[in-house]
Amino acid sequence: MNMKYEVYPHTADAGVRGIGDTVSEAFEGAAMATFSIMADIERVKPETAISVELSAGSLEDLLVKWLNELISLSSLKGIVFSKFEVDVDEGKVSLKATAWGQSMKDVPLQEEVKAATYADLKVEKTGDRWVAQCIVDV
Amino acid sequence: MASRLLKKISNNVWEVPADAVQGMRVPARFYSSDKLIADLDEKAIEQAVNVATLPGIKKYSIAMPDAHWGYGFPIGGVAAFDPDENGIITVGGIGFDVNCGVRLIATNLDEEDVRPKIRQVMDSLFEGVPAGLGSEGLHLSQSELNEVMVEGARWVVRKGYGWERDLNHIEEGGMIEGADPSNVSKRAKEREANQIGSLGSGNHYLEVQVVDEVYDEDAAKAYGIRKGQVVIMVHTGSRAMGHQIGMDYIEEMAPAMKKYGIQVKDKELVSVPFNSPEGRKYFSAMNVAMNIAWANREMITYYARQAFAKAFSSSPESLGMELVYDVGHNTGKLELHEVDGKTKKLVVHRKGSTRALGPGRPELPPEYREAGQPVLIGGSMGTFSYVLKGTTKGMEETFGSAVHGAGRKMSRTQAKKEYRGEELAKELERRGMLIRGHSWSGLAEEAPDAYKDVTDVVAAIHDAGIALMVAKLRPLGTVKG
Repeated sequence: MNMKYEVYPHTADAGVRGIGDTVSEAFEGAAMATFSIMADIERVKPETAISVELSAGSLEDLLVKWLNELISLSSLKGIVFSKFEVDVDEGKVSLKATAWGQSMKDVPLQEEVKAATYADLKVEKTGDRWVAQCIVDV
Repeated sequence: MASRLLKKISNNVWEVPADAVQGMRVPARFYSSDKLIADLDEKAIEQAVNVATLPGIKKYSIAMPDAHWGYGFPIGGVAAFDPDENGIITVGGIGFDVNCGVRLIATNLDEEDVRPKIRQVMDSLFEGVPAGLGSEGLHLSQSELNEVMVEGARWVVRKGYGWERDLNHIEEGGMIEGADPSNVSKRAKEREANQIGSLGSGNHYLEVQVVDEVYDEDAAKAYGIRKGQVVIMVHTGSRAMGHQIGMDYIEEMAPAMKKYGIQVKDKELVSVPFNSPEGRKYFSAMNVAMNIAWANREMITYYARQAFAKAFSSSPESLGMELVYDVGHNTGKLELHEVDGKTKKLVVHRKGSTRALGPGRPELPPEYREAGQPVLIGGSMGTFSYVLKGTTKGMEETFGSAVHGAGRKMSRTQAKKEYRGEELAKELERRGMLIRGHSWSGLAEEAPDAYKDVTDVVAAIHDAGIALMVAKLRPLGTVKG
C-alpha cells in the first residue's frame, strides 16, 4: 500500500485527490480526502463498517458515484468514515468496498461536504501511479 | 485566456460577444466594476461562456460582480431558458444546496439595548439554534416530512412554530406549487427527516446585526427597518434534501440528455428540455427542496425568536420580531419576463444570485410593491451585510436578479493555512463582534479576507442600476454553522 491523499485548493469549494499504485488505492485516497474535510480522520475510530457495491459507465463516473454514496451514507447513518477498502473492477467499471467509521456524536466535526461534482474530474494513470480527483461542494 | 475576449460595453458591464466562441447562442455578460473585473477568475468566464451555449437561452448568460469559479454555472451566474424553444433545465444552474437563501428578522431594539447583553444573547442563540455538521432540528415521521415537502414554511406556521403573517414576506409565500414528493428518493427523505430547523455548516450562519446606515429612507420605511435598529439575519438552505436531489438527478439526467441530442461543454451542465418528462420530474423534485429550505428557515426563526426573547426575559411579539423578507439565491423558477417586447414564461436559473424583482411585480406583497423587492445580501463573517431593492432596469437586463454575497477570493485550504480560528475569533471580538461556532478550522475558512469586499460587490451592482442600496448592516455577533 502506497496511497496518498490531499485536499487541493478551489476558490469556492475544495478538490479531493487520491493517489495510489492501483485505481482502487486512488479511490480509497479520494474518500480519505473527502472525509478529512469533515473531521480529523486520524482520530476517527473505525468501529462501524458499511459495505458498498456500485457500477457506472466510466471510471470517472464511478468515482463521483463512490464519493456521493459515502457522503450520503455518512449523513444518513450519522457516521464519519475514516478507513476504506476498495476493490475496483476496471473491466466491469464497478466496485465493491467497505467503509469504517465512528458516530458523528463522538467526533469533533469540521465542515460538511454537500456533494462530489464532475468538475475537475479525473481518474487516470500517470507513469505508474493512479490519480482520482474531483471538486466537492462544501 | 478567456479574459482577452471581454469587451467593455458600458460602465460596470462587460461582454464576451456571441461570435467569440463557437457554440455560443447569446453573449456572456458580466456585471462588475473596473476593480472587480481585474480579479475575475478565468474559469468563471469560461463557465459563463459554456452556459451561453445551452439550448433555449435568452438575452445573455449573466455573471454578477461576486462571480467566481463554481461547477457548471459560475457562482453568481444567471440564465433564463424558453421552454417553447427547447429551453433546458439543469442541475448545474441551481446547485446542490437548492434554495440556499437569506432571511432578515426585525426587532424593536436599538444597539444600546443589545450591546450590554450581547454575550447572553449570543450564548442563548448558540444554545437554541442547531448548527454545524450533523446538527438536527425537528424529528419528523416520513408522513410529516411528506407534508413539509409540499407545504414548505406553511407547514411550520400551521404547526404553531411560525407566524401567519411571516408567509407574506417569504418568496412564493413560503410554498411553491408543483412540488411532488413521489419524485424524491427514499434516501433523500430519510436523510432530511431530522434536519428541518438546522443551520448546517460551511458559510451558513445566524447573525445579530445593527442597521448601520440607511441610504433610501422610503424603501427602508416600507421594509420596516431604521438606523440603529437591531436585526437578525439567517443564511442557510435545504440541507440534505437539496444535496441528495442534486446527486440523484445529475445522474438520472445524463442518459436522458443523450436521448435529446443535447451537448454540453461541461458534464456538470447536464441538461434536459424543461418540457420533457425528465425535465418536469426534476423540476417537481427541485421544488420539494425549495419548500424544505423555506420550512427550514421558518423553523430556525422559531428557535431564534425563542432564544433571543429569552435573553431579554421577553416575548418575540413584544420585541417586534417581524420577518422583513426571505429570498433564495440558488433557485430555478418559472417566471414571466419581457423578451423582444413579448412576455414569455422562462425557466430562470439563479446560482448564487438573489432574485431582485422590481417595483410593481405582482409576486411582491402590497407593502413592498412600490419600493421593489428587498434584496438581502449576506456579507462574509465580520463584514457588512446589505439590504438592496430590485429595480425596473434589473427586470429588463438580468431577469430581476442581483448579487448574493461577497464571493470567495481565497480557497478554503489557503484560508486555513493563513488564519487560525481561535485568533480570528479574538480579533473579531476586539472589533466588537462575538463569534460562536462548532469548528475552529471552519471558522478560519470563513475569514473575512478570504472573500471579495462585499462593499465593492454591492457598489458595482448599485452603480449598474440592477439593484439599489437601501441599508447597510453591521454585525454584532455570529453563530457560525
